[in-house]
Amino acid sequence: MTSTKKDPVLVVFQLSGGNDYLNTVIPYADPIYRDARPTVGIAEDRVIKIDDKVGFHPEMGPLKKVYDRGDMAIIHGIGYPNSPRSHFRSMDIWHTCEPIALGTEGWLGRATRDLDPGKENVLTTVSFGPSLFRALALPGTPVAVVDDLDNYGLLPGITEKEQRAKILDRFARMYSPAVGSSAVMDYLGQTGLDTLEGADILNKAPGMYSSNVEYPDTSIAKKLRSIAQVHMANFGTRIFYVDHGSFDSHSNQNGMADKLWKDVSEGLDAFLDDLREHDASDNVSVLMFTEFGRRTHDNGSGTDHGAGGAAFMFGDNVKGGQYSEFPSMKSEDLEQGDVVPNYDFRGLYTTILEDWMGLDGKPIVDGNFEKLPIFA
Amino acid sequence: MSDQDIALMAHLMRRAGFGATRDELEARVAKGYEATVEELLDTQEQEELNRDEMQRFHPWTWRPGTLPGMGAAEWLHDLVNTKRPLEEKMSLFWHGIFATGVSKVDHYDDVMDMIVKFRNKGLGDFRELLLDMAKDPAMIYWLDNNDNHADAVNENWGRELLELFSMGVGNYTEDDVRDCSRSFTGWTIEPKLPRGPIGRHDWFFEYREEDHDDTDKTFLGHTGNHNGEDIIKFITDDPACARFIARHLYSFFVADEVQVPAWSVTPPRDPEAVDLLANTLINNGYDMRTTLRVLFNSDFFKKSRFERLKNPTEVVVGTLRMVGGAEFPAPGIGDLSRQPSYMGQDLLNPPSVEGWHTGAEWINSGSLMRRVNFTAELVGDVTRPGIRNIVDRMIAKGDTSPEAVVDGALDLMGPLEVNPESHVELVGFLSEGGDFSWSSADEIEKSTARVSEVMQLIVSLREYQYA
Repeated sequence: MTSTKKDPVLVVFQLSGGNDYLNTVIPYADPIYRDARPTVGIAEDRVIKIDDKVGFHPEMGPLKKVYDRGDMAIIHGIGYPNSPRSHFRSMDIWHTCEPIALGTEGWLGRATRDLDPGKENVLTTVSFGPSLFRALALPGTPVAVVDDLDNYGLLPGITEKEQRAKILDRFARMYSPAVGSSAVMDYLGQTGLDTLEGADILNKAPGMYSSNVEYPDTSIAKKLRSIAQVHMANFGTRIFYVDHGSFDSHSNQNGMADKLWKDVSEGLDAFLDDLREHDASDNVSVLMFTEFGRRTHDNGSGTDHGAGGAAFMFGDNVKGGQYSEFPSMKSEDLEQGDVVPNYDFRGLYTTILEDWMGLDGKPIVDGNFEKLPIFA
Repeated sequence: MSDQDIALMAHLMRRAGFGATRDELEARVAKGYEATVEELLDTQEQEELNRDEMQRFHPWTWRPGTLPGMGAAEWLHDLVNTKRPLEEKMSLFWHGIFATGVSKVDHYDDVMDMIVKFRNKGLGDFRELLLDMAKDPAMIYWLDNNDNHADAVNENWGRELLELFSMGVGNYTEDDVRDCSRSFTGWTIEPKLPRGPIGRHDWFFEYREEDHDDTDKTFLGHTGNHNGEDIIKFITDDPACARFIARHLYSFFVADEVQVPAWSVTPPRDPEAVDLLANTLINNGYDMRTTLRVLFNSDFFKKSRFERLKNPTEVVVGTLRMVGGAEFPAPGIGDLSRQPSYMGQDLLNPPSVEGWHTGAEWINSGSLMRRVNFTAELVGDVTRPGIRNIVDRMIAKGDTSPEAVVDGALDLMGPLEVNPESHVELVGFLSEGGDFSWSSADEIEKSTARVSEVMQLIVSLREYQYA
């Protein structure tokens, strides 16, 4: 269990599109890296050095600050066996922990169910984005999906209070499960009822918030600020989800990655500062992941889909440093030209579920996987 | 004219188009079902929309290159007002498969040009369309084929061509992906002029022979010095391709399928129907018109009423067509065109090359809220001609009891089928105000407001989310 008195909160930050491991945590001292990446390789003098082997991407300065204060963990070589190299299949595997069959239940959907088995709070899990990520999907388990926190509400166009109350009352009854209706009808019904309940709570969060921290004017920073607002409003939310992308850098990789990592690093840095300023950081940990790393050799402009990648954890309770090992880049050790994952992502999930959230990891990730001493 | 005829025609028009008013449904029933199918398929016989009007009143819909202009406003205007509904529906179908977005392409003109290609060729020979897509400048840039060189192969287009545009996972190997990609080396774009002050200039397809890998490749068992055209031929000669397109047709026009990545491990909902559509494609040179004729006239189609969830474009366009008043591109059309994106379908900008997840995955608390709020606002506007038309029909019929008004509204908005519990709530809601009276202008105004209120509840229903 955690050492904090407040309930532990997890923020999951998805880097969509396959973030390039080797240009994020750069093995700058390895000559194989130089040889493999004549075009997209990052010059040694631009690398933000972590130690004598690896360093961060040049735009990750704000996160280096977090690393130096001991609040950032790097998990090397993360993935799973036999990477399919398809974005969609790989993201599904990360979302559902089902590497062979096709899963429909998300790992965080299951975590949400275990955190709130009685479904007492429709805001236990809140996702910021236009769609429901499969990681959060579990039939019957509510997840609030918010695209714009400032305008969140049902039937705001009906301004006459009594009339609106009457219509919403009928709405609630019409959305109550009907006998003999289909699974999709049930899903719609539950979603409607959860929406009704969550809306009037969530849209109060921005009004309850004030901060001296200035977030950059980017889409990802705006979402992270919304997470900070809902977290500080104390609605009992335990899991937040957000994504940013696309990291699918088949071409023009360098300019593209500079912008992405600048926005991610600055946004996340502001978010962590905001929580710290409000004494709201000691119960929050952030997981940052992507569906796969990219190919070891560049293709003359970018990099194609690969296998092994890197994940990161952030937070006051995270024991900073590097975990697992950087996989070998020697040509005889590559699989189809990719570094081979040497740490299973389900081990990291188990670490988070058990050592941070206080849940039983095995039934959620479907198996026993090696944990890391990140929260030890 | 039976209620069943109207209900079936309404079904056809929701699926082959974006719904129709009661006046239009009655006219079409008078012509007959099969005749209507032919009319829908025979797009050239229908008047083309005057697209100059849009540019005349909104000159900034002319999107020079990267300027967003008004995004999808022009397309939305077409979707709502077209006289060729199937042409636009097929454009949306292909846009969901050849999902290409301005988030990366950064060139509205060229993404909209794809929609124009779907309009022109979307009902024709799929093999031609697939080849057109391989040469499409926005597609080439979206999937980096301009960076696919003889000496540095880029697999992005080669992989997605097989995985998402033609065959699906499980029908090819990693080596096929590699040699497919090699076959398309040298297929690139010619940006004739550098980017100008107001954005990019038009792009053009260019084949650069000197950048094409001119050695042997092996693809789906065929070895030779293949070029892109050969690959398209090998793909479309493979029955897996016909099955893939057939399953897409089924999911889009008949009933929601599981998501594409699950197709290699989950059998179709109706294997016989997918087989029939696939065989029709194979036996008719991939002619989409012939295949859709078979589909719309089939029993499985006629029996599939309300077996699909509406996508956001169907919600927005269908409701606008019902309430009317969007025939002229009035101010505010820019905001209207963004409504589908608020519900999870940003036209011209899909979330990734996989396109949108459909069916129940359209629905989450945020998107459902947007659906309800937008449609309730539209039917709450009693000045809309579609609302007045529904009220006029109720007056003519002499509906005065709350139950008759509820039934009238459900009938004229669809006909919609709702479960008995919903029906009780709708009647209960209207009963609070007593019987309706239409005998004076004042009473008509009051009664119309109440009809509009119950319509707000009807569009909020779960049942309204089904097509």
